[in-house]
Amino acid sequence: MKSPDQLSVPPDGRPYHDQPQWRNDFPIDWPQDEFVARRDFTKFLVLTSFAFVVGQLWITVQNFFRKRKGALPIVRITRADAIPVGGSLVFAYPAAHDTCIVVRTGAQQYFAYDQKCTHLSCAVVPDLAHGRFHCPCHNGSFDLRTGIPTAGPPRRPLERILLEIRDGDLYAIGREVRA
Amino acid sequence: MKRTFSRQQKTTIVFGILSIAVMLVILQLWLLTATMNAYLAHQERVIIPAAIASILCFALNLGLLSYIYRMERR
Repeated sequence: MKSPDQLSVPPDGRPYHDQPQWRNDFPIDWPQDEFVARRDFTKFLVLTSFAFVVGQLWITVQNFFRKRKGALPIVRITRADAIPVGGSLVFAYPAAHDTCIVVRTGAQQYFAYDQKCTHLSCAVVPDLAHGRFHCPCHNGSFDLRTGIPTAGPPRRPLERILLEIRDGDLYAIGREVRA
Repeated sequence: MKRTFSRQQKTTIVFGILSIAVMLVILQLWLLTATMNAYLAHQERVIIPAAIASILCFALNLGLLSYIYRMERR
């Protein structure tokens, strides 16, 4: 007996549940096509949902390995007086690809931060005349003395590099991440 | 006893399930961006609860999808 929902009949006359899978997945009837389209879109959403879970687990694993790294090394940057007052120097800390920048604002005043903007990781440049670090990509600004964002899209402060002067040499001794 | 649905009823049900799945996926997107932000700011205590919440959303989505296929076979 033909179902009241069934508008068309397959060429071999057999009911739909006896038909090959492709005939059910590519229906002729509009109502059935609507059902299959929504079902397949739901399937795609579930796949997207799975991708988000993979992303969450990736962050969890990365966090686990980051916690195991332990304390950062103490690295000599340069002679403290090699940077003139009002000058800056780019250095790498702790790894070779982690570029940081140190700015000297006074005789004994040094401020060092990770050079990556907290918005989309462009390199920030010091703008001493305005007392800020400027990110040219999206016009972000950070306070020179605190690293706190003052303008533009960044919402988190720059990572501060902890400094120490020993025997006239400037050392990086750690990183301070602030929320 | 398992109920059988007409095609129109099935389409309505699949629309309802689709709406719930969309909301869950949006919630997961928000969770992922918030967790990434927390991870970059070293706020580690939110990472595991957010991962559990995302897994629960996925499990719910998977359950809803399997319901669609079970309903289709009736």
